[in-house]
Amino acid sequence: MAPMKIVALITVIITGGLLLYATGDFPAWGDPLSPANNSALSRHYIEQSRVETAVPNLVTAVLADYRGYDTMFETVVVFVAGLAILAVLGQGTSRERAAIQRSAERYQERDMINIMTARLIVPVLQLFSLYVLAHGHYSPGGGFQGGVMFGASFILIALAGGLPEALSRLSIPGALLLAGLGVLLYGGTGLVCMMLGQNFLDYHILHRLLPATDAVMARYHAMLIVEIGVAFTVTAIMFIIYAALSSRGRMTGGL
Amino acid sequence: MEFIVNNFNYWIYVILMMIGLFAMIAKNNLIKKLVGMTIFQTAIILFYVSIGVKGEGATIPILSYEQVHGTHHVEEADHAGEDDSHHAQADLPEIDARTITNPIPHVLMLTAIVVGVATLGVALAISQRIFHFYGSLDEDVILAKIQKGDG
Repeated sequence: MAPMKIVALITVIITGGLLLYATGDFPAWGDPLSPANNSALSRHYIEQSRVETAVPNLVTAVLADYRGYDTMFETVVVFVAGLAILAVLGQGTSRERAAIQRSAERYQERDMINIMTARLIVPVLQLFSLYVLAHGHYSPGGGFQGGVMFGASFILIALAGGLPEALSRLSIPGALLLAGLGVLLYGGTGLVCMMLGQNFLDYHILHRLLPATDAVMARYHAMLIVEIGVAFTVTAIMFIIYAALSSRGRMTGGL
Repeated sequence: MEFIVNNFNYWIYVILMMIGLFAMIAKNNLIKKLVGMTIFQTAIILFYVSIGVKGEGATIPILSYEQVHGTHHVEEADHAGEDDSHHAQADLPEIDARTITNPIPHVLMLTAIVVGVATLGVALAISQRIFHFYGSLDEDVILAKIQKGDG
């Protein structure tokens, strides 16, 4: 017990000392000419993404277009994490799932103040999360942020009205379908680009399919499509994580 | 002292990271180890975001309308037809890369945060199973039960 802490302390002090010693070679705070800030890549994104994609929010442009592979596989990681949680904790037997229906009546016993507050907040939260998703090209936002907020609205329902109440709105199979649909939407956009003769996730060729767009606006609109895919997956997986963890995988009762 | 003030972002990230590392090594409770892991992860997120900062004059990585569409009127652009985009390119105002924060660290950390939550969920699910199986989250108790062939 104690020796382990001493070993840990020595390790941590040595590692920390070496890292602090190395900070002397790091660029100073806010240096615009540091290697990371002055790289050709960073300058290309800042100066050229407006010409190439017409998206004012550079973070969205880099996230959904230039680094499309990265974001796609991050979405896959989130999807697989949700599957792993269900696999580790199990979904409960069919008998237990039948009990969900019966315990749904317990909704009435929940605290009235919590339920009424959730009823007021949830619609606003969901509407705002859709705004964050759709307005990701012009303001901080996008698929990840909007998806997390939409998932949080279901978690709020579960906290206020009980897990069965939330599951009656978004069941676990439904959430899994939504998560898979999100990954499919993202990967499918890439595949369509491939079928039109371009590289995977090279959106500009989509102007042949999307009406009234040129090559630049095709990238602009394709970004919204893949962000919607990301939002689907993140919404569903956030709710699955909460539902599985709060009920130890049995999907009844919950907190 | 000046060394610390000039590099304070690095000092914060090293200190936070070492707190997380210490918790991961020294604590016996699996949940406390996970808390340490999350602190470690937060340190890396702060480090990345601080790398992208560009001093006083730089603003958020979102361009203004004029910077994207140029200074000409919208109606003209609509009537310009086919070579609209070329016209727009011609009178776009210059962007000084030093006035816009570096977007790349923000992109990397944006995805890392959400993936961090998802992987933390997996870790918590496994901890829950371990508690269900061994009746404890303490590493020593779990190890002793494994060695006895229990469970």
